[in-house]
Amino acid sequence: MEHIRSHVLVCAGTGCSSSGCKAVEQAMKAEVDRQGLTSEVKIVETGCFGFCKMGPIVMVYPEGSFYCHVKPEDVVELVNEHLLKGRMVDRLLYRDVHNPKPEAFFNDIGFYKKQHRVALEHCGAIDAESIEEYIGVDGYQALAKVLTSMTPAEVIHTLKQSGLRGRGGGGFPAGVKWELAAKSPGNVKYVVCNADEGDPGAFMDRSILEGDPHSIIEAMAIAGYAIGANQGYVYVRAEYPIAVDRLSIAIDQARKLGILGDGVFETNFKFDVSIRLGAGAFVCGEETALLASIEGKRGMPKPRPPYPAVRGLWDKPTLINNVETLVNVPKILLKGAEWFASMGTEKSKGTKVFALAGNINNTGLVEVPMGTTLREIVYDIGGGIPDNKKFKACQTGGPSGGCLPVELLDTPVDYDSLISVGSMMGSGGLIVMDEDTCMVDVARFFLDFTQDESCGKCVPCREGTKRMLEILERITKGEGTMDDITLLEELSETIKGASLCGLGQTAPNPVLATLRFFRNEYEAHIIDKCCSAGICQSLLSYSIIAEKCKGCTLCKKACPVDAISGSVKQVHTIDAAKCIKCGACLTKCPFKAIVR
Amino acid sequence: MEEKKSCCNCNYGNEADPKYVELDQVIAKFKGMEGALIMILHRAQGIFGYLPEEVQRHVAKELNIPLTDVYGVTTFYSYFSLTPRGKYRIAVCMGTACYVRGAGDIVSAFEKELGIKVGQTTEDKMYTLEVSRCIGACGIAPVMTVNEDVYGSISADRVPGILAKYNAK
Repeated sequence: MEHIRSHVLVCAGTGCSSSGCKAVEQAMKAEVDRQGLTSEVKIVETGCFGFCKMGPIVMVYPEGSFYCHVKPEDVVELVNEHLLKGRMVDRLLYRDVHNPKPEAFFNDIGFYKKQHRVALEHCGAIDAESIEEYIGVDGYQALAKVLTSMTPAEVIHTLKQSGLRGRGGGGFPAGVKWELAAKSPGNVKYVVCNADEGDPGAFMDRSILEGDPHSIIEAMAIAGYAIGANQGYVYVRAEYPIAVDRLSIAIDQARKLGILGDGVFETNFKFDVSIRLGAGAFVCGEETALLASIEGKRGMPKPRPPYPAVRGLWDKPTLINNVETLVNVPKILLKGAEWFASMGTEKSKGTKVFALAGNINNTGLVEVPMGTTLREIVYDIGGGIPDNKKFKACQTGGPSGGCLPVELLDTPVDYDSLISVGSMMGSGGLIVMDEDTCMVDVARFFLDFTQDESCGKCVPCREGTKRMLEILERITKGEGTMDDITLLEELSETIKGASLCGLGQTAPNPVLATLRFFRNEYEAHIIDKCCSAGICQSLLSYSIIAEKCKGCTLCKKACPVDAISGSVKQVHTIDAAKCIKCGACLTKCPFKAIVR
Repeated sequence: MEEKKSCCNCNYGNEADPKYVELDQVIAKFKGMEGALIMILHRAQGIFGYLPEEVQRHVAKELNIPLTDVYGVTTFYSYFSLTPRGKYRIAVCMGTACYVRGAGDIVSAFEKELGIKVGQTTEDKMYTLEVSRCIGACGIAPVMTVNEDVYGSISADRVPGILAKYNAK
């Protein structure tokens, strides 16, 4: 019998794929084959490890060695040293930005040390395209347990006891939602997985679908049993091709083994799952709009009630859960409600995955118990801000959330605490911004997004977001007045109060939050015509400090509009009338003689 | 006569056109499935590269639904394009993470290199420049895609090099 002594895990998430993991995997396979190690070394293509910045990532088990930025030309050395001689390749091991000593093991790395992986447990640990590997980590056991030893009411009770709340943004208790759908009368019901991860800066759902697709199928089947549905739909973004592929593979595999289809696990329960592709509309993350899109129509929201649990897809009772909510379900049913409820805070149980991105050293996916502070996430796990720059804000909740300043870094991350400081959990995007970010411009960026994505059904959202964007553009151009701030606040209240769906109701949040915490920046733009972060181009002026200029002519050559004059070894000058404020000169000057 | 048909796009109803044959196979596969329209349009755009009016009319006729329903959907979703696009579609991600890490500069660099604005296609039909919604690769922001290829941690000075790769193809 073959005895596999080493497992080489190559991350094949979207992040590592773009850094070239496929070539590394092929080189690894070829080299292992060439050295005749195929029977003792297994190479596994896994889902996302979460530490995308370090990709392509290769991990070697049983040691748990974590190799970063691996290139195909490193493979021979890795095989010779690690796999043959048992010596780690020091130069490829992870090094913390603050500490040059390499960390040999995955568990010692600061990025992973404080994490508690529940939802992401299988991501990066198993081959996402193999149902056997999923079964090997207790996959489909929860479904088997539910079908053979629990009543639907017991399943719902367990879920309610666990305290699991919806991870897609609102935080509605999952068990209550299941109960509503179960109690709705009707023979035909549906289970829908919302994988329309539209919040810019959030990518946990994509990673789960790419790394652990069977968990979603299992959870949907459990939900089907609990509410009495025989058909599930996964509504996934067309922008996620790898996730769609892996999910299709998983569905086929489950059908072949009798886990999906007529008579699941040879019981009387019938359940199947099919995929529906989104087509690039942010509003389809809203549940009623999502259902319209599955029906093949324009994704426009409807008033609630009736809630989808009562009247949803094709007017039948429909249970809609987000990917990250569902991935927790099999674990809760297998390990018990108490286990899940032991993690997190009083009102927010379990863990939450955050997509840590922006101006931060360790970008990637992190999963922490609810109640962990923003400071721990940004500094302990995220490793702080690069290039010794200052922290300015962190943005949570995507276009529906807010930007929190440094004073609020000790806010615990849970549904209620974030709402109390004027932001929200949202789907878990956490974008860190440094001192070079202009908060008025960030508000403008989000309004640009929401006004573009507004479906146009209600006037307050369609017209209101457009007017807010115009005001913000005016301010960033230095043409704003102090009355504009009052107008922004008035418009915000109207849009929040009068819009039909979540998109409109939360669209003003980025403006309100920046006004609350960074009002001085708005005032600086309006009164002093100054953008201290140097982002708003109309408010910038470039000049050359005569004492520092050596007359090297580099800036003159870089200027696309010939606004710089001066001869060799003479002090140069910028003609403000010609300058288009592109900043090309500033980046070229080796003497830091150009300022804005 | 045959030659004339094959060199323009207006051969709607020409059953011999292999693209329409393929489209009809797709429609046959999905016909009867509830809410099939968006799935069919995805495939149709894959076949034709975009969704010209004739294709939309064809889909409406075959599914026996009003053209307004098809047009309503194609214009609602940003993924569908009603105009022809270049051989290579450059899409710079404008998600928040990419934006705060300088995606705007990347867009400007492409505009300068290609001499077109966002949403336009070069005259030789080689490149279309687009900005995309978050593609979920925020860990390696700023990100862009050229058709199916993803490029991470890019900077404006890499733009000419990326284009050179496709110019050479």
